Amino acid sequence: MILQKNTPAPDFELYNSPDHKLKLSDFKGKRLILAFYPADWSPVCSDQMSLYNETLRLFHKHNAEVLGISVDSKWCHMAFEENRNLHFPLLADFEPKGAVSKKYGAYNEQEGESLRALFVIDEKGIIQWSHLSPDSVNPGADGILDALEAMDNHKK
Amino acid sequence: MSTLRVPVSGEDHTTGTAQAKFVLVEYGDYQCPHCGLAFPFVKKLLKKHTTDLQFVFRNFPLQESHPLAMMAAMAAEAADRQDKFWEMHDMIFKNQKHLSPDAILGFASKLKLNQNQFGKDLRDQALLSKVEADFEGGLRSGVNGTPTFFLNGEQVTSYNETYKSLEALLKEK
Repeated sequence: MILQKNTPAPDFELYNSPDHKLKLSDFKGKRLILAFYPADWSPVCSDQMSLYNETLRLFHKHNAEVLGISVDSKWCHMAFEENRNLHFPLLADFEPKGAVSKKYGAYNEQEGESLRALFVIDEKGIIQWSHLSPDSVNPGADGILDALEAMDNHKK
Repeated sequence: MSTLRVPVSGEDHTTGTAQAKFVLVEYGDYQCPHCGLAFPFVKKLLKKHTTDLQFVFRNFPLQESHPLAMMAAMAAEAADRQDKFWEMHDMIFKNQKHLSPDAILGFASKLKLNQNQFGKDLRDQALLSKVEADFEGGLRSGVNGTPTFFLNGEQVTSYNETYKSLEALLKEK
């Protein structure tokens, strides 16, 4: 099962470019959306990442950043980002393979790929919402936006 | 299944019959080839259902994939300020394969729009906000690609890029 609401988000430190790593604590004070997905270049993943690319403005309105995570290598991510014009980081859960995905319960052992799982993490590093989609279904952005809005309302 | 979170209102672009039994909402992108494919299907459906169908078009421009999607959406909104929304909408889809900034300006002159006004409206902040609000409303309703249809508020999952699958929707009810 993927990690559920009110669980502290496990730490990670993964390459987002050939010479730079991002870690969870880099986002303290911000909300973070983690989008685990099976594979760069596959049709559903491409659509999903392209959608988040268009939704960045709305995520930012809620003080949230989004990170894509798959087991593809940093070089593969770089080519995928360039090809799809993505404006948010993709993290390479590459070595040891799938280690971070496993910590979040979002790893498919049979395929050796991340599951299609979403996590919304609050400013203090606590998971506030999570969602697992079948590999073939693009979960869209509605669940994420609903979760961010609920967090806004909770704060008021 | 997802439902339409923003109800159809006077803010919307509607055509066909008001207060109809069937209200079909499309979230579309003027540069998306799948929307171009659906365009004649919707036209045909409106022609066949002259008394019981209302059609609503909302913008869902995927700008990173389709660099002209936003300009085209703005062109239709700008044309609306001169009461030619559907004329512009149709012209863009009919010429979708040859879209360019120049082509869009050409459509405006073909439709005999006041060019000065059209040029200003193309960059109008209020119209941009309207397009962005369409997009956000779509996202909140679970739209994750185009075209996405809603029939009487329920997301359509049976459309498979054929006229038949669209027409079948109006028979089931």
